[in-house]
Amino acid sequence: MRIVCPFCGERELGEFTYLGDAKPVRPAAGASEDEVFDYVYLRDNIAGAMSEYWYHGGGCRAWLKITRNTLTHEISSVEPAAGVGARQVAR
Amino acid sequence: MITSQPNRLASGGLIDRSAPLNFRFDGKTFAGFQGDTLASALIANGVKLVGRSFKYHRPRGILTAGSEEPNALVELRTGARREPNTKATTAELYDGLEAASQNRWPSLRHDLMAVNQLFASIFVAGFYYKTFMWPAKFWEAVYEPAIRRAAGLGRAAGAADPDHYDKAWAHCDVLIAGSGPAGLAAALAAGRSGARVILCEEDFLLGGRLLADGGTIDGMPAAEWVSRTLAELATLPDVRIMNRTTLFGVYDGGTYGAIERVNDHLPSPPEHQVRQRLWRIVAKRCVVAAGAIERPIVFAGNDTPGVMMASAMRTYVARYSATPAKRIALFTNNEDGWRTVEAALGAGLQIAAVVDARPDVSAAHRALAAKAGFAVLNGFVSGVDGGKDGVKKISISLAGGARAEVETDGLAVSGGWNPAVGLTSYHRGRPKWQDDISAFVPDGAPPGMEAAGAANGAFGLGACLRQGFAAGAAAAQSAGRDGNAGAPPVADDEAFSLTPLWHVAGKGKAFVDYQHDVTAADIELAQREGFESVEHLKRYTTLGMATDQGKTSNVAGLAIMAAVSGKSIPETGTTIYRPPYVPVAIGAFAGQHRDENFHATRLTPSHHWAAEQGAVFVDTGLWKRAQWYPRAGEKDWLETVIREVKAVRGGVGFCDVSTLGKIDVHGPDAGAFLDRVYINTFSNLAVGKARYGLMLREDGMVYDDGTTSRLAEDHYFLTTTTAKAGPVMQHLEFCRQVLFPELNVQLTSVSDQWAQFSIAGPKTRDLLREIVDPAEDLSNEAFPFMGARKVSLRGGIGARLFRISFSGEMAFEISVPARYGDALVRNLMLAGKQFGVTPYGTEALGVMRIEKGHVAGPELNGTTTAADLGLGKMMSTRKDFIGRVMAGREALAARDRQVVVGIKATDSARRLRSGAHVIPKGEIPGPANDQGYITSVCFSPTLDQWIGLALVERGRDRIGEIVHAHDPLRGEDYDVELCNPVFYDPDGGRQRG
Ligand SMILES: [Zn+2]
Repeated sequence: MRIVCPFCGERELGEFTYLGDAKPVRPAAGASEDEVFDYVYLRDNIAGAMSEYWYHGGGCRAWLKITRNTLTHEISSVEPAAGVGARQVAR
Repeated sequence: MITSQPNRLASGGLIDRSAPLNFRFDGKTFAGFQGDTLASALIANGVKLVGRSFKYHRPRGILTAGSEEPNALVELRTGARREPNTKATTAELYDGLEAASQNRWPSLRHDLMAVNQLFASIFVAGFYYKTFMWPAKFWEAVYEPAIRRAAGLGRAAGAADPDHYDKAWAHCDVLIAGSGPAGLAAALAAGRSGARVILCEEDFLLGGRLLADGGTIDGMPAAEWVSRTLAELATLPDVRIMNRTTLFGVYDGGTYGAIERVNDHLPSPPEHQVRQRLWRIVAKRCVVAAGAIERPIVFAGNDTPGVMMASAMRTYVARYSATPAKRIALFTNNEDGWRTVEAALGAGLQIAAVVDARPDVSAAHRALAAKAGFAVLNGFVSGVDGGKDGVKKISISLAGGARAEVETDGLAVSGGWNPAVGLTSYHRGRPKWQDDISAFVPDGAPPGMEAAGAANGAFGLGACLRQGFAAGAAAAQSAGRDGNAGAPPVADDEAFSLTPLWHVAGKGKAFVDYQHDVTAADIELAQREGFESVEHLKRYTTLGMATDQGKTSNVAGLAIMAAVSGKSIPETGTTIYRPPYVPVAIGAFAGQHRDENFHATRLTPSHHWAAEQGAVFVDTGLWKRAQWYPRAGEKDWLETVIREVKAVRGGVGFCDVSTLGKIDVHGPDAGAFLDRVYINTFSNLAVGKARYGLMLREDGMVYDDGTTSRLAEDHYFLTTTTAKAGPVMQHLEFCRQVLFPELNVQLTSVSDQWAQFSIAGPKTRDLLREIVDPAEDLSNEAFPFMGARKVSLRGGIGARLFRISFSGEMAFEISVPARYGDALVRNLMLAGKQFGVTPYGTEALGVMRIEKGHVAGPELNGTTTAADLGLGKMMSTRKDFIGRVMAGREALAARDRQVVVGIKATDSARRLRSGAHVIPKGEIPGPANDQGYITSVCFSPTLDQWIGLALVERGRDRIGEIVHAHDPLRGEDYDVELCNPVFYDPDGGRQRG
């Protein structure tokens, strides 16, 4: 598999680490136990296009949000994951 | 005495008669020529019997002339280089080659295991499941060893492989598999268009079927066209031809696997050269011109030595000048089979008869038969007379119902051709049925891949050239190379008329899968027993599961299944194709990563010095860490470790702790960031101070711990455990980038930048004053416990000094740039001599941490909470942090959780061992009353007995209770007392002093 890192260009799979589903958003402070439980444990089992977190540890150390088809491994988009998992919190 | 080569033609062929070679097969010496394969050389020497079959030990000969060979498997080479299941048909002959037949005892000609044929009824489809079901323990003790002796393939070398293997990457625009007419035409078109081309050919010669079948291309003989084409390709800027290289797999994103047999054609690789090289090729486009595989017809006795694929028969005659038979019979259902007749006649061989399943044989062929004086019989071969000495006679069922017999010493068989659909099907593409050639052709090929020529079902020479050229040009174009491809090569198209024929019913064993001894009757039985799906058929009969992966057998097998189940072949379908296309040695996948190079090794800054001291090292992940430093006269490791601990507790010692993960945290929000990743607060840490921190996973379990210091308002220095250095960095980057982008903070991994030593013991300050600039005040007032700041060393080198203690002693950790690590350790020894300074290893470090009750890896095991570790009070209630909410779950706060507690044996002479289970005293051990287990143990020189830490239910509420330690693994049972985990200096006066 090849991943086109937006910072480094096309690189080989071995440079990256997989984390998992990029859909869940971390609940804000004060969220209920149920909300956090959903965030930590509940995942859809997707057959098709799925957005995922990948880490370019063998390159620029950027966390990436990648849309990958779980049936074909086709990657349709790669973008920086900056802020993807954050709910806007009051500072 | 070397035998002559009785079956070698006087002239012709692509062998080098000026380079004679000697080789040995089953101990007998033979002669051959450069350019031979082992198979062609055996044929030239009249050897027909080359192996025994897998289950029935039937005599077998050479069936094919390529990598699809199911029969002629040998053990090649001797000693540590002995390689089992090597195909004689692809093994290049070299001088001194040694090969042995397999799966026979005591000899190939007199194989006692052939009695298996008498018990054939127990070896039918599914015999593994039927015969050896009961009793279960008989499987390991009786059945499996017996089967392995009786049925099987070659023997592995049993010694370490002395050769080297390599792995390499290559990148190109257009990758081409195969160098036949389609592959060479594709390379021409792509190369002329300006594409970067790699062409892989598994043979050592280029040309594919042209090598044996010839033909006319662009008005010249095929051989001349091939050499002109290769000459032109050599002038193109970026066309790379790799022979002896098989493309074996297709992976995601245009990545391909190829195995290059760099030196398999030599007795052993030349010095400093590899045996094989595993290539990962990244290609924008791929043209599969891998050709087609001729398929057998299934009839009784079709495995008799001397029965051979028709194309293989003419390959041996035309390419190798070796004659498998003197009086050849042909059994064909298609036009292409007749080329073997032409080749045999051209070489001066006799034709016994042609048995053609088609009623309408052309007038030209009939004229040829009349001229050469052989009969053309319309019908089927239904039986073979012969055995280990080869074919003697064939029986024929004529179309009208009559029978005939023909004497022959070699039967060529052609059932048509199957395009090599492996590569195009490796992404679960299902080949589709094409009626006019009665074969599966590629469909659903992976992105960027196209098949051309025979691999695409186009069998005519002209069509191969046209399709190959067009595919090469299109591939170059879509890779962005649009130079002028010029004119395509031109040739005529031969007729290919075929009447489908898979199986001739008759008495006697008719083999579908030669290598796994699967017969037509096995397939019929599988169908009767309900294993009708091709995937079930495959597992039940083991059809196509041998080392050849059913290249000659799969399609015939499913055609027979289709016939007996009353379905069409396309309805029956194919099994899923999976790489590798040919067997690939594990050594090639390993490459250089074996033995001491299995993984990278990380050495601490003091490693070379420690090695000079005779330190014993322990592997910790990739690191080598000094475990202890033995001295002359010490009888065992324990004596050494006791000495090291006493030296620290009574004087001063040091230990390299550079393996800890180290991260610089910079930025105005650094403190706020650390507050979110640690359970305790760091934003309120004063500059110049250090604090112990604990991280959780988001599920509330403890992730890692370490000391973090504030070196400036906007600069923290964070340490992790050795094991979690990489994962914590990745986790913190996730928090920083993905979860908390609003924080202005940056992380830098500095694990390798700093050499860090723990210096511990009451004389630590005395030693440090010899090292540190005298202007630095190290007094307890100026540098109190948990102080942390930059200092200058004597000579002006900048260092970081942390007053932290893992051992429980008065201690500092000192960091210097890694390049000074070796100098620092040598200076510590020099300066510390007057104080009796003692280097100590990880074992003494571990003893002192257990004495002090500090948790480490065995307790931070991914299932413990902060409270379990006795650190629950560190959890801030006034801020959000990773893991906070989940850590509050009812079960994680339950009162009966297993928590860290100290243990010591009631018998002070007793040795403890970690892993022992803790159960209430007086109860019978079992899962119902298992209350935890011992996690860490050591012999404490300070307490003069073994002590430990354990995870025990309500452990801290039970201090003083005597419980039972049960160790079924080591057969030990003893009593231990639960106690305060801090065995040494519980009020911490020593580390503060
Ligand atoms: Zn990158």
